[in-house]
Amino acid sequence: MFLNHIWLIPLFPAFGAAMMFFFGRRLQKATVSAVCVGVVVLAFLFACFTVVEYTRFAQGTGRPFEKIVYTWLGSGDAHLSFVKKDGTPAQFNADAGFLLDPLSSIWLLFVTGVGMLIHIYSVGYMAHEGGYYRFFGYMNLFMFSMLTLVLANNYMLLFVGWEGVGLCSYLLIGFYFHRKSANDAANKAFIVNRIGDAGFILGALTLSWYLGSFRFTDINALARSGHFAIGDPVLTVAALLLFVGACGKSAQLPLYVWLPDAMEGPTPVSALIHAATMVTAGVYMVARSNAVFVLAPTAMKTVAIVGALTAVFAASIGLVQNDIKRVLAYSTVSQLGYMFLALGVGAFAAGVFHVFTHAFFKALLFLGSGSVIHALSGEQDMRNMGDLRGRIPTTFKTMFIATLAIAGIPPLAGFFSKDEILWRAWRSAGGSFPYLWLIGFGTALMTAFYMARLIFLTFYGQPRMSHEVEHHIHESPKSMTGPLVVLATCSVCAGWLGVPASLGGTNAFGKFLEPVFAREAVATAAFAPAEPQEPAGEEHRGLEWGLMLLSVGAAVVGGGWAYGHYAKAGKEYPEPIAVKAPPLYTVLYNKWFVDEAYDYVFTGRRKIGDVRLGAMGAGEASSWFDARIIDGAVNDAGWVTRAVATLSTWWDKWIIDGVGVNGPAILARMISYPTRLFEWGLVQWYALVMVAGLLGFGVYYVWK
Amino acid sequence: MVPITTLHYLVVAAALFVLGVIGVLTRRNVVIVLMSIELILNAVNLNLVAFSRMWGNLHGQLFAIFIVVDAAAEAAVGLGILIAFFRNRETINVDEIDLLKW
Repeated sequence: MFLNHIWLIPLFPAFGAAMMFFFGRRLQKATVSAVCVGVVVLAFLFACFTVVEYTRFAQGTGRPFEKIVYTWLGSGDAHLSFVKKDGTPAQFNADAGFLLDPLSSIWLLFVTGVGMLIHIYSVGYMAHEGGYYRFFGYMNLFMFSMLTLVLANNYMLLFVGWEGVGLCSYLLIGFYFHRKSANDAANKAFIVNRIGDAGFILGALTLSWYLGSFRFTDINALARSGHFAIGDPVLTVAALLLFVGACGKSAQLPLYVWLPDAMEGPTPVSALIHAATMVTAGVYMVARSNAVFVLAPTAMKTVAIVGALTAVFAASIGLVQNDIKRVLAYSTVSQLGYMFLALGVGAFAAGVFHVFTHAFFKALLFLGSGSVIHALSGEQDMRNMGDLRGRIPTTFKTMFIATLAIAGIPPLAGFFSKDEILWRAWRSAGGSFPYLWLIGFGTALMTAFYMARLIFLTFYGQPRMSHEVEHHIHESPKSMTGPLVVLATCSVCAGWLGVPASLGGTNAFGKFLEPVFAREAVATAAFAPAEPQEPAGEEHRGLEWGLMLLSVGAAVVGGGWAYGHYAKAGKEYPEPIAVKAPPLYTVLYNKWFVDEAYDYVFTGRRKIGDVRLGAMGAGEASSWFDARIIDGAVNDAGWVTRAVATLSTWWDKWIIDGVGVNGPAILARMISYPTRLFEWGLVQWYALVMVAGLLGFGVYYVWK
Repeated sequence: MVPITTLHYLVVAAALFVLGVIGVLTRRNVVIVLMSIELILNAVNLNLVAFSRMWGNLHGQLFAIFIVVDAAAEAAVGLGILIAFFRNRETINVDEIDLLKW
């Protein structure tokens, strides 16, 4: 019953968005909240029932449920480079179709669940803001797009959701449109995402062209049919292009630059879009295309390396940032890097698991930071915080739990998912990349440090805010703390779904996802046959425990280091990195000068000497080209035309008119003079001529 | 007394004819030109009557009467044109009537 009406789920928030679009301006704030939060709650409940019904439908087989509502873009039979095994012709039909399988179930649940909590939170957070209905309208529109993205059964419909979330991201980053920085950040996010989207659409079309369908089920079935060799060049190109799209949406190197700036948006937006849901769309898409990716080892290696580098790169920047939301933004980029590292080494389930747990604790961290900012009348700089733990206790406790979770302290959620990734990276058959594990391990150390730094600077030490701000500090309303508590609970418990076998768990999460990634293990084994599929062996158990201990140790050391430097932070506290290695601190504080480098190379806002590169350079070059070459050619053509016209005029005037037209006229006039003598007009002349003629005849006849 | 022969009539008619032609060619006044044309016609009449007498029948005289009638008609039409012309140009000098070429 619910399953057959799965298409209703995205329509709930779409209804809310439409209401806000048409009537929002005239509605009371209470009505706006009721409608917009209500539709998301409905969507969440509907999603829960749907997933429950789906598990009964699939009965452990993981059989996907597909519901095609109508054919959205139809085509006739398409020409293919090969004949499909069942002999049917390929048809490039994009349906308004919905696919529910374990993978989309997970996204469906946490998108609606976390989305619902953040909507509730926003009621409190945005209570005193202008544009209340606009905010909720955008949020609902975002939910609609995200659910479309997650539930789509083909690449085209996924792309609709993909672009929709991009649009909502743009709108919400630029929510405070009177602030130039917000507009710039929104533009940056939109433009950088365009680059990724171009990659995505090219990849999706390449894939569909090659495999003869837009639908995930068709594509996966065909990719797994053994029809294509591992390392198939077209599939590799398609996978790499898809990954470009994922890099844009999920903020990976080198396209991550928009995400930190996206913190210009309201904090609930950062939590919902730029931490929990939208930025995981890239992970979702890669996981969704897993059958293709396992056929393209080069692409897999690229994903793994980019993910690992992004993780450590972003974490290193996060170490020294002072804006509380920026630290979290870099943390998000870093955690997304972890997820891609997992995907890249073939541990799709582990990557998805991290997405799942990350959604809770990162949303919680953002919402908590929003609560802090709310309490401090809009202050975001951690240098002006401190000693808040007693004044906003609920926020403090929940954020502390989230910090433990993200740092990887057992038995909280982050520990299980992160360790699963690190373990799989260590043992990755696909790459045998122990150094990727090393990078991940280093990142874990840094994560613990910057998160602990954030907690200590915010909640411990001495108060560093001004007296007026200090006077106004208050705990947030129930609508804000409620979601914090729920999310904190999830941050503690979510990891228990995926306790690995080595710790006596069953990894229920991985089992649930197994049907989606069925071929993953087999395919990864195919290019490293020596590796057994499942790490069930007793000899690995010790190693796994060792690595777990190491990463927990890293978390403790990182946290402890931060405790030592920041726990007692006073008015003027030293930054340990700045003290020990000032150049490194400068580099990190300026984010490795990546924005500057992009300004030199890609945007062209800065010149290298006299040369301007990038977009503006291209603009100047084409301007020069236009002014000199095009316009020059135009002017030259004009000059030639004028010259020809002058010549032509002369020719017309003297040759055509002079010789051709006037010439015969003059000739005729000259001939006419003697002729005219006979036709003078004088009667008597005529008479004389007649008489002369008569006389002539007379003389002639007389003297003949 | 020398008998008056046909030759005498012809001489007189020829003189009249030449006078008429000279009048037509030389006079500027259209009225006089018209009168000169009458002279020419009368010279012709005289010829016709003279030959009629010579041959002893009345054919020539009959023609002469036709020509008299024709001359009257011609004079009426010519004077009518003349009056219409005078109203337009206020002249009856034949050398100023030169629009016939158009």
